[in-house]
Amino acid sequence: MLTLEGLSKTYKTGETALSDVTLEVPKGQIMGLIGPSGAGKSTLIRCINRLVEPTSGKVMLGDLDLVRLGKRDLRRQRRRIGMIFQEYSLVERLTVMENVLSGRLGYVPFWRSFLRKFPGADIQRAYQLLDRVGLIDHADKRADALSGGQRQRVGIARALAQDPELLLVDEPTASLDPKTSRQIMRLLTEICAERGLPAIVNIHDVPLAQQFMQRIVGLRAGRVVFDGPPGELTEAALTTIYGEEDWNAMRQGDEEQAEAEADARARIAALA
Amino acid sequence: MTTPAYPTTWRRPPQIVKDRRWRVALQIGIAVYLVLAIGTVEVNWSRVYEGLERGQRFIMGFLQPDFTSRWKDIGKGLSESLTMTLTSTVIGVIISVPIGIGAARNLAPRGVYYFCRGIIAVSRSLQEIIIAIFLVAMFGFGPFAGFLTLSFATIGFIAKLLADDIEEIDPTQVEAIRATGGSWGQLVNYAVQPQVMPRLIGLSLYRLDINFRESAVIGIVGAGGIGATLNTAIDRYEYDSAGAILLIIIGLVMVAEYGSSYLRKFLQ
Repeated sequence: MLTLEGLSKTYKTGETALSDVTLEVPKGQIMGLIGPSGAGKSTLIRCINRLVEPTSGKVMLGDLDLVRLGKRDLRRQRRRIGMIFQEYSLVERLTVMENVLSGRLGYVPFWRSFLRKFPGADIQRAYQLLDRVGLIDHADKRADALSGGQRQRVGIARALAQDPELLLVDEPTASLDPKTSRQIMRLLTEICAERGLPAIVNIHDVPLAQQFMQRIVGLRAGRVVFDGPPGELTEAALTTIYGEEDWNAMRQGDEEQAEAEADARARIAALA
Repeated sequence: MTTPAYPTTWRRPPQIVKDRRWRVALQIGIAVYLVLAIGTVEVNWSRVYEGLERGQRFIMGFLQPDFTSRWKDIGKGLSESLTMTLTSTVIGVIISVPIGIGAARNLAPRGVYYFCRGIIAVSRSLQEIIIAIFLVAMFGFGPFAGFLTLSFATIGFIAKLLADDIEEIDPTQVEAIRATGGSWGQLVNYAVQPQVMPRLIGLSLYRLDINFRESAVIGIVGAGGIGATLNTAIDRYEYDSAGAILLIIIGLVMVAEYGSSYLRKFLQ
């Protein structure tokens, strides 16, 4: 379980990205984090594994306050937190297998990782994960030879290779087309459900968040302004998060898109 | 319907000096300085005329190169130069890699960064010939001084370009490896090395052919190799042998040039 207590971040420029965020993510919950650009979504998830150093507050993973850890202990604890990125952030010139195995870096000594001599159990697990995300045949390809959706699957496999207790997911679908986005979200939610893995997902796309998340937290200017199940995300709630906009028109647009996709799928099915 | 009165002409606004008067004044100033500067260069025309004859003999020697009469010296000089080139490049690159990593602002702590940039600055500011003269004075004539000179020069070159390249890598890949809990060494090995390796190999091959050319130059001040042979030939007014040596250098540089560009293409 993850608990954030009074988490704040002010950057050196004086810009306040987060102020006094208190949240609790229980085991197995998939929480969507929505909000306009600059609301502090990315800062929030990066403060959890301290890729960004929080200015004040607590990040409790289990009974441990991550904010107070020294360098070595922090590295040890980062293993418990898997992270998935917007632009996949795979190491482009490494093979798919190396990318997945890099999830084990926190567990193996330098010489093993340098010589690519990972323990048998790690390699077996990496194959198993690649199979789970449907890429077992691509293990020896270089990461830059894959499509966007495939790369994000490798990103998911890398995060899972860490055997994490928490997933941090930063805009997983921002670089993907709508159909691939849904596939990736479905895969993510399935995997979290299989393992009882809690996840915090930054997400731009409100309808997608409503479709896949169990709980939604709205962030505006670094503060939590909404916290509830997707059903409660009404027009009024969206207005508090994003400001005035014609939300119904956006929803209709999304329905249209879903219909178009269903139509396209039906046509492909007819061809086959 | 009336079209709004938008202008039909557009000029690119001045980017550096905004004031037109300053711009004109600067241009005139540069032109005046250039004329005055050229005026101060003294040319002794009668000496130039005398030199033309010598130059002609040199070029004639070049056109009738004599490979055979000094072949022993040439062969020895060549093998010295090639040995010097290869060893100094390999040693130089091996030393450059840690210095280059230390001189990358995004990887090294501030103190290490300034120290490594300092080494690079020293290596780059001292020209090969100056170092060669110094090292020849220290270690005596011969290829050992040349080897040290070229290794030292290689460090400045490779470490600087490697550090600059590391500073421009994609930071999201580094972030991803950091997020897995990897150590600093693992970070360099997994997130940085794959991004800079092709360029490091390319630079090393490029340095190999620079080192060969430099080995010919530093030989003139006594650091061994083909340069020493060339110097001896010129001192003896044996322009035909000197021509042969120059042709061999040109040939080898061309081979190195094409070879390394082919290899680099292959590596991408």
